[in-house]
Amino acid sequence: MVQSRSLIDESGKRSDGRVIDELREVKINVGIIKNADGSALIEFGKNKIIAAVYGPREVHPKHMALSDRCVVRCRYHMSPFSTDTRKSPAPSRRETEISKVIRESLEPALILEDYPRAAIDIFIEVLQADGGSRCAGISAASVALADAGINMRDMVSACAAGKVDDKIVIDINDTEDKEGGADMPVAYMPNLKKITLLQLDGELNSNEFNTCLDEAIRGCLKVYEIQRSSLIEKYFGNEKGLKEE
Amino acid sequence: MSLSKKSTVIVENLRKKQMRESISAGKRLDERGLDEVRPLVIELDVIKKASGSAWVKLGNTEVVAGVKVETGEPFEGLENSGAMIITAEVLPIASPHVEPGPPDEETIELARVVDRGVRESEMLDLSKLVLIPGKIVYTIFVDCSIINVDGNLFDAASYAVISALASSKLPVFEIKDDKVVDTGKTQEPPITTIPVSVTTVKMGDYLLSDPNTEEEACMDARLTITTNSKGSIVAMQKGLKGNFSVDEVKSIAEKARVKGEEIRGKLKGLINIG
Repeated sequence: MVQSRSLIDESGKRSDGRVIDELREVKINVGIIKNADGSALIEFGKNKIIAAVYGPREVHPKHMALSDRCVVRCRYHMSPFSTDTRKSPAPSRRETEISKVIRESLEPALILEDYPRAAIDIFIEVLQADGGSRCAGISAASVALADAGINMRDMVSACAAGKVDDKIVIDINDTEDKEGGADMPVAYMPNLKKITLLQLDGELNSNEFNTCLDEAIRGCLKVYEIQRSSLIEKYFGNEKGLKEE
Repeated sequence: MSLSKKSTVIVENLRKKQMRESISAGKRLDERGLDEVRPLVIELDVIKKASGSAWVKLGNTEVVAGVKVETGEPFEGLENSGAMIITAEVLPIASPHVEPGPPDEETIELARVVDRGVRESEMLDLSKLVLIPGKIVYTIFVDCSIINVDGNLFDAASYAVISALASSKLPVFEIKDDKVVDTGKTQEPPITTIPVSVTTVKMGDYLLSDPNTEEEACMDARLTITTNSKGSIVAMQKGLKGNFSVDEVKSIAEKARVKGEEIRGKLKGLINIG
């Protein structure tokens, strides 16, 4: 990949004014879809993504049901107005792949044996995309699953790290993704300390790879704190209320 | 092939009986009067990547609409006007009864009825959106995502579309050396009127405004009427297997005019247009 312009200036500021280990502003609003069993709206920089969970519920068609555990179905979809040039509402190959990797990043956290012959449906709708939408989608979906009261081993938190101007930075934005050197989205279970999603495009040498992975996990831990406080806020009012109990 | 089908939302017989009794006493189960519409909340400019956008809440029904502008060939037979395409999708996040996949007949009807109101009212003066007559014109997409379903998608989607369109800032394209160039400037959309749709349903002998999901599962017939800023009727759609008498249609039309004007006033207050 050829970089057309410098993405980090002399003072270490990135194109959107952040320093290299700074996350974009993240806000999570739990329970915003009234019909869903669990839901969350995540605003991750300019990303605006809704995740909604339905289930555990009966499986249709019935032959898809598994006798020993729950079926998980996941759809990642972008609204036509979410991108710079309009996106056709029909699912693309990219969305199909992302739906699959998101499902596989969330499944390890779910105790599926608790719901045999049932299905859990996870729907992720990107209303506005700004780079890193799969990570933001995973983080929102994980909160929505917890909001739906589904038994989980851990939360799943996701964040990307990458290489921009030969520096390792966390939480790659749209410009850095398109013009930068490497992008590595990671999903992580913060308490079990296990990685559940790992992708990379771009080139990293082995040193860079190690730093990049460590930095991505640091980002995941920051996202985890925000996920946790969003759930506490919904169920206990505020953090203080929880401590008083 | 279209076939009559069972409602996916099931309302128990007891609840139905309760609903009918309550309605005959002039009150609905959610405490509304028969003519009363649910609170309407319109939030503008929620999607920065769109040229115009709106997040509309009509009671618990929620719709996000966004405007995207491109250039392309005009439609056949309409060589001297811009193209406008309105779509609607009921997202699977919106209700436990929605399945992902291509739109079903109800969703296609929804998108077409919303489109008809905007198109037939000539809300946008499309003749002002032409770059090279017969060859290159503006293409205006208004896409609607329904994110929570609680009845009356027709009106909620229509309010989202007109709010997004009326508050939009369209990019200015120019032709330079036979190529389309985005000048980076924006222009006001050529709005001529604000079409507002008002839906009324019939349950037994009673007429109800703005039905919620539970009421829609029990209704016999539905009539959507769109009026323009002058109070003229510009589009209509009757739905379901029930029927209306001539007097009922006339009273529904009158109600659509009055309610339409109220909602138009609300939108004008938000957007600051004449």
